[in-house]
Amino acid sequence: MSFINYSAREINCKIVYYGPGLCGKTTNLQFIYNRTNPEVKGKMISLATETERTLFFDFLPLALGEIRGFKTRFHLYTVPGQVFYDASRKLILKGVDGVVFVADSQVERMEANLESMDNLRVNLAEQGYDLDQLPFVIQYNKRDVPNAAALEELRKLLNPQGKVPDFEACATKGTGVFETLKATAKMILKDLRSMSR
Amino acid sequence: MMNSSLVMYDEDYRKLLAIIQRLAQDATAKGVFLVDTNGQMVAEAGEMQGIDTTSLASLTAGNIAASSGLAKIIGEDEFPTHFHQGQRDNLFITLVASRIILVVVFDERSSLGLVRLRVKKAGVQVAQVFEEIRKKAEHAHASGAGSPFSEITDDDIDNLFSE
Repeated sequence: MSFINYSAREINCKIVYYGPGLCGKTTNLQFIYNRTNPEVKGKMISLATETERTLFFDFLPLALGEIRGFKTRFHLYTVPGQVFYDASRKLILKGVDGVVFVADSQVERMEANLESMDNLRVNLAEQGYDLDQLPFVIQYNKRDVPNAAALEELRKLLNPQGKVPDFEACATKGTGVFETLKATAKMILKDLRSMSR
Repeated sequence: MMNSSLVMYDEDYRKLLAIIQRLAQDATAKGVFLVDTNGQMVAEAGEMQGIDTTSLASLTAGNIAASSGLAKIIGEDEFPTHFHQGQRDNLFITLVASRIILVVVFDERSSLGLVRLRVKKAGVQVAQVFEEIRKKAEHAHASGAGSPFSEITDDDIDNLFSE
């Protein structure tokens, strides 16, 4: 749920990066953090375990600029990907304005991708959201690994109707990271516009 | 679709700011913050200049969300108040009207009892303002009044992303 503050002339939106464990959600945020100017970003918070697996969430606030005199801020969150952290994942989806699903391209992670996508749909529905109505983008990450599944294969599984904007990425190198973020942010702003008309 | 925006106008903000400024004074608090349950900072008062309020808001919301998840597991509806005791500074966190979080930072100049007492009164006032905000949003929705976003064009959005 976006927050429009007339007093501060600000609009704040929340984007959640979802996906199976070790698919690269945190890596997406780290790349964005490393490549944005200090005046644009806030501090990145990672609530992680000692082995750097996300325990609760990562958080990165970004200020993208102004639209019609309103500062546009996006709060990026990741969820913990491991199956048993489902209770935490549900909490982070509260008030979401847009979702990025980060898929792991490795052949052996196909089932984990599907399971996580189903889990996303169920957890959103529990909060009263319909994934098909929400600004939503899919990112096929780790396209550079040798055991990556073919793009058509991934699309057939995760985007069978081809309705969701999708991007190939290699988050460690940054390929596709900003494209994914921009597409999601644009969809959110267009969604806000259509809701206010 | 429950994805409607929280819209806060200048007059609402001023009312909220006046309430938390008074609370900061009455409770002898170092800082008072109003945070949306989705993690957005709404208003702040007190002497704590220069701290990272964006992170404070996000972590407070995460904290409240986690506690409320815990509450449900043991059959409670919510844990509406939280107290964190530090070496020097303490945090008193209250969930108001299941929608907004009041965070009070205080040190040895104040006491838990005083903070609790003052927060109770301020919480009622904050809840009233948010009820007004909700009614205004309903009215605006019913009358079709546009937000600043009804006027934006594709170009406005694209320009935001031009390098």
